[in-house]
Amino acid sequence: MTTEPAPKRHRYLDGARAAAPLTIAVAAFGMSFGVLARAAGMDRLAAVAMSATTFAGSAQFAAASILGAGGGLAAAVAAAVLLNLRYGPIGLSVAPVLLGSRWRRLAEAQLVVDESWAIARREHGVDRQLLLGAGLALWGTWVAGTVVGVLAGNLVADPEQLGLDAAFPALFLALVVPQLRTRSHLAAALVGAGLAVALVPVTGPGVPVIAASLACLIGVRRR
Amino acid sequence: MNAAWTAVLAIGLATVLIKGAGPVVLGDRPLPGWLQGPLDHLAPALLAALVATAVLEREGRLVIDARLVGLGLAGVAIALRAPILVVVVVAAVGAALTRALA
Repeated sequence: MTTEPAPKRHRYLDGARAAAPLTIAVAAFGMSFGVLARAAGMDRLAAVAMSATTFAGSAQFAAASILGAGGGLAAAVAAAVLLNLRYGPIGLSVAPVLLGSRWRRLAEAQLVVDESWAIARREHGVDRQLLLGAGLALWGTWVAGTVVGVLAGNLVADPEQLGLDAAFPALFLALVVPQLRTRSHLAAALVGAGLAVALVPVTGPGVPVIAASLACLIGVRRR
Repeated sequence: MNAAWTAVLAIGLATVLIKGAGPVVLGDRPLPGWLQGPLDHLAPALLAALVATAVLEREGRLVIDARLVGLGLAGVAIALRAPILVVVVVAAVGAALTRALA
């Protein structure tokens, strides 16, 4: 630490700004979730409550589609929990930058999603202000998108017609490249991606990404 | 209470606990040393897996479609050191055009 950190407020705004390129895609998928949830028989408030509390797109889409297809409550909950298990290790990695009482840490941890975590990653650990600023911006956008979706339907055409589903892998790629700063980091990335791809056809949703996180064990005894 | 609300509450509660477990259990203690190496490698492992699944997975199957074109163009933009906004827009426009033309 040789440089004076910028004032805190500005750093939170920097986080929100870093999330801005994603807001169109997040809002559009929030709307889609609202539409899908209504079609799956969820009432409007339930759909919005899910976006506000679960705040994890893939788990929400999986749960709503299973409910809509008559797959049953247990299957919907199990799929969503499996898809969100990766937030266990991710939560652990952000723990050092969350502050205050246990309740406050619990609340702050809810702003962690793949995108906010990826945006806030720095060489050694996570930047608190970027994480929370980006997380809050993404949360607001996701919930607002869902509200519009349950009230008005899909204002944007199909998000996939607009190519918005390609925005997420592109973002993750842009954020992983600077992480590949040593051979062991590159190895972790290749093993992680390889495991995930290999497991997609043979396991249920969620499992490939959890298994891929085991590639981080390459970092045992390395810094 | 109907199934939808039960699912909302169960999934919401589970997610809150999963996300919060590490920070709550650890409190203000530092991360144990043996965890620092693995957690330092978690970002490349998970982000690379998210790239792979977000571009190839569709309903539990591996599918090659317009997303891959978008990602390829994004890779070019990244190599040219474009800002993230440009990378994301290039990917979306590339995928959208591919679908429109296909």
